[in-house]
Amino acid sequence: MEKEKRNANYNLYVESKMPKTKAWPSLFKAFLLGGLICAIGQGLFDLYSYLFPNLAESEVTTCMLMTIIFITCFLTGLGIYDVVGAWGGAGSVIPITGFSNSISSPAIEFKKEGIIYGICVKMFTIAGPVIVCGVVGSIICGIAGFFI
Amino acid sequence: MQTIKMKNNVYLLNGYSMVGPLEGRGPLREYFDYILKDDTLKEKTFEKAERKLLQSIITGAIDKANLKIGDIDFFFGGDLLNQIVSSSYTARELEIPFVGLYSACATMAESLALSAIFVDNGLANNIVAGTCTHFSSAERQYRFPLELGNQRPPTAQWTITGGGASIVSNIKSKVRINAVTFGKVIDFGIADVNNMGAAMAPSASDTIKAHISNMGKKIKDYDFIATGDLGKLGSEILIDLMEHDGVKLGKNYADCGCMMYDKTERVFMGGSGAGCSASVLNSYILKKLLKGEFKRVLLVSTGALMSTTTSQQGETIPGIAHAVELEYVTPIKPVKKAIKSKEKKND
Repeated sequence: MEKEKRNANYNLYVESKMPKTKAWPSLFKAFLLGGLICAIGQGLFDLYSYLFPNLAESEVTTCMLMTIIFITCFLTGLGIYDVVGAWGGAGSVIPITGFSNSISSPAIEFKKEGIIYGICVKMFTIAGPVIVCGVVGSIICGIAGFFI
Repeated sequence: MQTIKMKNNVYLLNGYSMVGPLEGRGPLREYFDYILKDDTLKEKTFEKAERKLLQSIITGAIDKANLKIGDIDFFFGGDLLNQIVSSSYTARELEIPFVGLYSACATMAESLALSAIFVDNGLANNIVAGTCTHFSSAERQYRFPLELGNQRPPTAQWTITGGGASIVSNIKSKVRINAVTFGKVIDFGIADVNNMGAAMAPSASDTIKAHISNMGKKIKDYDFIATGDLGKLGSEILIDLMEHDGVKLGKNYADCGCMMYDKTERVFMGGSGAGCSASVLNSYILKKLLKGEFKRVLLVSTGALMSTTTSQQGETIPGIAHAVELEYVTPIKPVKKAIKSKEKKND
């Protein structure tokens, strides 16, 4: 009982001493980087629409996403994307680039443990929860949609 | 008793330290024995690099003490990787009888303390005590892949690449090991793995208080008191905790993690890892002791004893701190004079 009280007090004290992440600069950086990535995406979309006028809009979107995913994987391999991500925070995580980086980085990292136990097993350690949540979410929405 | 005083003279004969390029840019760069230009050490994996680093450190320390591998009775050490593989694989190459130890980042003080007790009791003549850590292998094991573009919280610390080894011996040198204190495992209920300093500060406070009271000394009796890797926040908490108990840490106190990096580097609260106190002890502290600039030093290595599994299961982080007291001893010159005066009398 006494220990619990001591621990609670200590946690409160540590909390008061802890440096906090400054919200405004982080938000600004995230906005800037996220916006830049989206602007690049839009630029690619417009470029592909102009170059291949026969493609449907959904196909152009797919091509644009593939390019963005490729660029992110490439930058991850070169060791640039982690620096960008550390600077921009959520700005780099929210667009599809974050997803691409979260799959390619463990794939590179765990390559040394072999193709099966390294790359295949560890590839989704970070992106896995996102996929699971996405699938579960869509099931719930699907069922809800069925009854409405 | 928690504190064990050495009955005979046990010396820290010499030490060797080696760090990575980032640490080599820090304020202690002049004190390190060797600064790596390439942190992969030309190995294919970071685990192999860590092993090679530790092996270089151990052989470096033995060479520096003018000893041969055959002169060393035991190798006491450990590291942060699962099953302390770096130390075991190093011991495989060295063929020195090996005692594997683990107290997380407090392994240096633990190895040093046990070595001193062995030598003091005549169980060995020379023991090498050492440990090291590698940023990249630690990140792989404890956190995220290196190339993941994530942000760290401001309380995070940076595992150092580097380490150190000391030769504990009964051969006389300028640095004597006076006493050692083994710490209790203390948990004040911190569960945040990104705030290790706060988790370890209570154990550091407990060990320092136990050591000075058992030795009948005061804080001001030490020229330098160094904690292992509490970091900026952790050392501020330690100062507050000690003050709360009526013990004031003065200017003679510093944290090895805070001393490691330049202020401009993005390392948040400072360095951490078993190699942190090992490299600072065997560079800065040892060199100052050998010169006689420090007369008495208390090294308090601090460790956080959790694992990734316990953290994910929501357990709090227990901390430990072991202390080793080192003292500068003036070389005894009067012996020659005494012989000369005897000779004169005989004449």
